[in-house]
Amino acid sequence: MELTSPQVGTSTQSTMEGSGFAASQQAGGQSAPRQTVGDPFVANPRMTARDVAVYYGEKCAIRGISIDVGCNEVLAMIGPSGCGKSTFLRCLNRMNDTVPGCRVTGEIRLDEEDIYAPSVDVVPLRARVGMVFQKPNPFPKSIFDNVAYGPKIHGLIRDKADLEEVVETSLSKAGLWEEVKDRLHEPGTGLSGGQQQRLCIARAIAVSPEVILMDEPCSALDPIATAKIEELIAELRTQYSIVIVTHAMQQASRVSQRTAYFHLGDLIEVGPTERIFTNPRHRLTEDYITGRFG
Amino acid sequence: MNSDNQTTACCASPGLSLSERIGRDLPRRYRNEQRFQRLGLAAIIIALSFLVFLFGSIISSGYSAFRQTYVQLTVTFDKEAFTSENLAAADYAGMVKGSLRTMFPAVKGRNDLKNLYKIVSPSASFALLEMVTRNTKLIGTTQTVWVLADDDVDMLIKGQLSGEGDESNRRLKDNQLAWIDQLKEQGKIETRFNTTFFTSGDSREPEQAGIWGAVMGSFYSLLITLLLSFPIGVMAAIYLEEFAPDNVWTNIIEVNINNLAAVPSIIFGLLGLAIFINFFGMPRSTPVVGGLVLTLMTLPVIIIASRASLKSVPPSIREAALGVGASQMQTVVHHVLPLALPGMLTGTIIGMARALGDTAPLLMIGMIAFIVDIPGGFTDPATALPVQIFLWADSPERAFTEKTSAAIIVLLAFLIFMNASAVILRKKFEIKW
Repeated sequence: MELTSPQVGTSTQSTMEGSGFAASQQAGGQSAPRQTVGDPFVANPRMTARDVAVYYGEKCAIRGISIDVGCNEVLAMIGPSGCGKSTFLRCLNRMNDTVPGCRVTGEIRLDEEDIYAPSVDVVPLRARVGMVFQKPNPFPKSIFDNVAYGPKIHGLIRDKADLEEVVETSLSKAGLWEEVKDRLHEPGTGLSGGQQQRLCIARAIAVSPEVILMDEPCSALDPIATAKIEELIAELRTQYSIVIVTHAMQQASRVSQRTAYFHLGDLIEVGPTERIFTNPRHRLTEDYITGRFG
Repeated sequence: MNSDNQTTACCASPGLSLSERIGRDLPRRYRNEQRFQRLGLAAIIIALSFLVFLFGSIISSGYSAFRQTYVQLTVTFDKEAFTSENLAAADYAGMVKGSLRTMFPAVKGRNDLKNLYKIVSPSASFALLEMVTRNTKLIGTTQTVWVLADDDVDMLIKGQLSGEGDESNRRLKDNQLAWIDQLKEQGKIETRFNTTFFTSGDSREPEQAGIWGAVMGSFYSLLITLLLSFPIGVMAAIYLEEFAPDNVWTNIIEVNINNLAAVPSIIFGLLGLAIFINFFGMPRSTPVVGGLVLTLMTLPVIIIASRASLKSVPPSIREAALGVGASQMQTVVHHVLPLALPGMLTGTIIGMARALGDTAPLLMIGMIAFIVDIPGGFTDPATALPVQIFLWADSPERAFTEKTSAAIIVLLAFLIFMNASAVILRKKFEIKW
């Protein structure tokens, strides 16, 4: 691969770009992060990240990430395995806190509030920024209890009728109500993979979050279940901001409004999905989406 | 070099197809597989045969202890014998002797009479006292009662003591054998289910010895062990596994817990003797000290088992709970603990079973004392089941041999019951995925 003289669409390219693959393999070295091309910022952001870097012990996983998440948009994050997109996603609701030896620098704001400020409690934060994981992970409890768990622990409901309403609305929004309304008290783990993932989405939206993070939500599902989840994401966009990590570029192009391309710990390019897939400005982005590597 | 050889080998048999080449070696591979299976089977058979031998020998020598020989006496509760208000003051031993003399009027002479009296257990007089205490109307009447036979008679009836050989070397003399035969003919001697064995404490007389005292001692000790070691062990495991920071201190603690699990149990006994009895001045030979010592011994087992079962809870469940905003404690209490509980219970029951069977630490804290009374609480002197076995195995009387085996059967029954309930609990609480 001839990365020694990358073709770049903008003039904001840093000189380090020339050092190419080999040097950037050891991300976290002394080399400066690559400059992001495209338009990482939006006018009215829900979440903003500025110069975010994550270290696992001494190792630097991502660095110099600056990007906005807009209101009511789906932001897709793509890139080859190990590029740091999941790491960045998990910064947005501080799930990285649970990883021993993980350190986050930079600034991430949710509605102008720094979520890494010492005064911020992760419990309400994670209620505001929900998460759906790669592998469907319903609790080994009933379908009803799975959805009701979040509202219950946060004290969002007054009585039983209230709770039942929340469960029904959440399951309806997740497109699962019709399928499970007669067996709400059967275990959630007895559902099919796609249904389990929609149950997890229902569980996330039951606490009325502002942002939903999805970490490759369809990678364990078959194409039909995937199509359903994608439909659901399109509907959810009207009420929530969604950040989705995906390996399937077609999926990114189908569901997202903006796409961010990560490469070896750097955020390479951000732009409207259509432009990224039709007219990428950075050589690495182009190589990736045209399938030359990754 | 090597590859050259292979190439030549391949080329040396050019006409062979791939499946033929594989097929040449196939019988040898299958033979190896069969040999491996047979070795495994042989190992299982050896282990099982040892087990069968163990159970067979214990049960065959112990089952007879569950029956005991009784002699029928016709006792006259003479009104004149009960002069004072105190019923215990009456001469019950005299009544027993009188009854025996009436049955065998021909026996005369001091030595012969002494031999005659030896046919029934010394406990017979207590049995009479108990009868009268329960029903004072018996005074002035004549009753037939079944009383315990002496242990030598019992052994003879069960065929474990022979009436052959030189009289001077025998426990039972010729005249005693004749009387016993006479009693047998009259149907006045028979074996019955041995309730004494299950209801009384230890005794120097084998026919009066029972395991209930030891069972209660074990029960009180294990109750203390369970009440202390389960909560402490589970809390320690949860803290170490879920909350503790990963640093030098937690590593040291972890290594030490693993070491403690391997410490010989007698060391815990010495520790208990030095700390609980000598330093804190707790009463010796008591279930409270025994329970504390067994707690020390069981804790590492429970902590290790609980940590293993916490570790086996899939991390996706923790992530799911944290992802909807549960605090760490809520995550543990609502989601991790229910999934880990079956494993914790199993570990606890297995630890308790080990504590039930352990003898060495109890020897050090004086639970080896000869205690006749059945302990009524945590601070009464007591012994424990395995120690009782040890004591009986050490006793010279022939009849204690079967008692020892019978006590082992009871102990094994408890252990099997505990292990079976561990399996059942695990099956019951196991959450299917």
